[in-house]
Amino acid sequence: MKITDEMIDYIGILARLKLQDEEKETAKTELEKIINYMDTLNTLDTTGIEAMSHAFPVKNVFREDVIKPSVDREIITLNAPAKKDGCFKVPKTVE
Amino acid sequence: MELSKMTALEIGSKIKAKELGVVEVTKAALENIEKTDKAYRAFVTVCGEKALTQAEKIQKGIDDGTLTSPLAGVPMAVKDNMCTEGVLTTCASKILTGFKPTYSSTAVRKLEDAGAVILGKLNMDEFAMGSTTETSVHGVTVNPWGENRAPGGSSGGSAVAVAADEAYYTLGSDTGGSIRQPAAFCGVTGLKPTYGTVSRYGLIAYASSLDQIGPIGKNVEDIAEVLSVISGHDPKDSTSVKQDSIKITLDNNIKGKRIGLPKDYFGEGLNSEVKASVLAAAKKLEELGAIVEEFEMPELQYAIPAYYIIACAEASSNLSRFDGVKYGYASPEFKDLTDLYYKSRSEGFGMEVKRRIMIGAFVLSSGYYDAYYKKALQVKAIIKQSFDRAFEKYDCILSPTAPTTALKIGENLSDPLKMYLGDIYTVSVNLAGLPSMVVPCGFDSQGLPIGLQLTGKAFSENEIMNVGYAFQQSTDYHTKKPVLKTGKEA
Repeated sequence: MKITDEMIDYIGILARLKLQDEEKETAKTELEKIINYMDTLNTLDTTGIEAMSHAFPVKNVFREDVIKPSVDREIITLNAPAKKDGCFKVPKTVE
Repeated sequence: MELSKMTALEIGSKIKAKELGVVEVTKAALENIEKTDKAYRAFVTVCGEKALTQAEKIQKGIDDGTLTSPLAGVPMAVKDNMCTEGVLTTCASKILTGFKPTYSSTAVRKLEDAGAVILGKLNMDEFAMGSTTETSVHGVTVNPWGENRAPGGSSGGSAVAVAADEAYYTLGSDTGGSIRQPAAFCGVTGLKPTYGTVSRYGLIAYASSLDQIGPIGKNVEDIAEVLSVISGHDPKDSTSVKQDSIKITLDNNIKGKRIGLPKDYFGEGLNSEVKASVLAAAKKLEELGAIVEEFEMPELQYAIPAYYIIACAEASSNLSRFDGVKYGYASPEFKDLTDLYYKSRSEGFGMEVKRRIMIGAFVLSSGYYDAYYKKALQVKAIIKQSFDRAFEKYDCILSPTAPTTALKIGENLSDPLKMYLGDIYTVSVNLAGLPSMVVPCGFDSQGLPIGLQLTGKAFSENEIMNVGYAFQQSTDYHTKKPVLKTGKEA
C-alpha cells in the first residue's frame, strides 16, 4: 500500500500530532514499509476464526456501590501545568 | 564477598541475622551507584535521602518483628514507568517532565509493605516502546558486558542495574519482551509472569492487554521471592486474576519433564553462537532428566505483525491521555485548546512513540480496521491455539530469547522495522498471555551474554521457574560478572 500525503495528514489529525515537513517525509516512508510488512498477515487464512481481545476470558468486574471518600482536589491537580480554583485550567473553549 | 555482589536473599538473610544493618546496606548501595552508574547510566532518579529514611524505618520494623519477608531491608530499584508516590516518574519521555505521582503502583506498594528499600528509578525506552533503551529522553544506558553495547530494552535500566550490581533486584515491565530481551543481553534472570498475575495499577500503560510487571534478579530464587510479594489479586486492576500471591517451590527435580523446542525458532535469522548455546542448554536439561523434543510451530512468523498492530492500536488509545492539561509537559504557546493538544503532544513525544501512535491510529481508522486490527486479533487467536496444542504435549517450551546478542549502540535506531523483527521470539508469549522466564546460558565469542527463554502454560510459573532453577543449580553462567568501570570511563 502507498501512504499518501493525504493519509499522513489524516493520521496526524486522528493522533493529534503535527509533523514537520521533514518528519512527514520520513514517516511516510517508514509507515509504508511497516504497513506493507503487516500485510504478510494476509497470507494466513483466518476465515471463521473469532477475533480474540483477551488471551483469557475477561468479564465485567462488579463491586458493591459503596460511598468512599475520593481523592482530594488539591492532590488531583498537583501535577497540572495550569490550574485555577481547584480545577484544571484550559484555554477558552466556548465563545 | 563484596556486599554488592551478593544476591537479594543472601543480603536479606544477613539483615535478618543482624550481621548487617539496613542503613549500612543502603548506604553501601547508594555509594556504589555513585561510583558505577556514571559509566552505565541505569538510573534516571536516585532517591538518596528517601532511601535512607526508609532504611531506618524498615530496620525498626525488622527489629520489632513486624517485617518478616526474606526481602525486608534489601535495596532495589524500579523501572521509570511505574508510579512512585512523590518520586519523579517520567516514562523516559519529555511529555512527563516533572511528573511526581500522588500514589504508588500496587507492585511498588506491596514491595514497600514487605520492607523493600527503593534506591531509585531506572531508564527505559520512551513509554517502553523500543528494544534498546536508546529512545529515552534521558539518554542511552550502557551494557556493562561490552564496549559501546546497548542493554536491550525496553527495561534496559532494570537489567543493567542488576548486571552492574547496583541493585539487588529490580522491577521491569514486559509488553513484547521488554523484561526478557534485556535480561538475556545483560546476563541476568528475568520473569514475565502470566497476564493478570501482577496488578498493573500504577503502571503507565503502553498496550494494556499485553503489559505485565515482572522481576529481574541475579538468580531464580531471588525473583521467585519477589514474585511472591508482588503477585495476587488487586481490585484496582480489573484484569488482575482472582488468586492469592504465588508461592514458588523450587525442588531442583525436573526428571520426566517434557520440554519442547519449536523448530521454527531455530531457523534462518538466528545467530549461530546463540543457537549453539541454547541447544547446549537443552542438552544439559536432558542430562538432568528432562525429555527434550523438537516440534513445529509455523504460526510464529505471524506474531510480529500481529503484535505491532495490536500494541500500536492500544498505544494510540492509551497515550491520548497526554494532552498538556492534566500533568506533565504543556507547550508554552498555543492559540486554543486543540492547538494546546497538538503542540504539547508533538513537542512532548519522541519519534518512536509518535510512529507507534500513528500506526495505531491508522490500523484503527475507518476503512482499515477490519484488514489490520481485526485480522491481528484473529491471528492472536490462532497463536494462542498453537500454544494450547503445544502444551498438550509439553510442560514447557525452550527457545532463544533474541536472534542475536547485545547490539552496538545506534545499530538499530535508524531502521525501526529491523528493530521490530528482533522481537521475533518474545512477542508471541504476550499475545497468548503466558509466563516466560529468561536465564543466562552462555556467552558469545565477544564475551556477550546469551539467555534462554522458558515459556509455560498460563499460571505455570512454578513449573518454568523450577526448570530454570535446576539449570542454574548445575551451571554457573548466572554467577558470572562483567568487569565494571568506575567513574566516567564508558
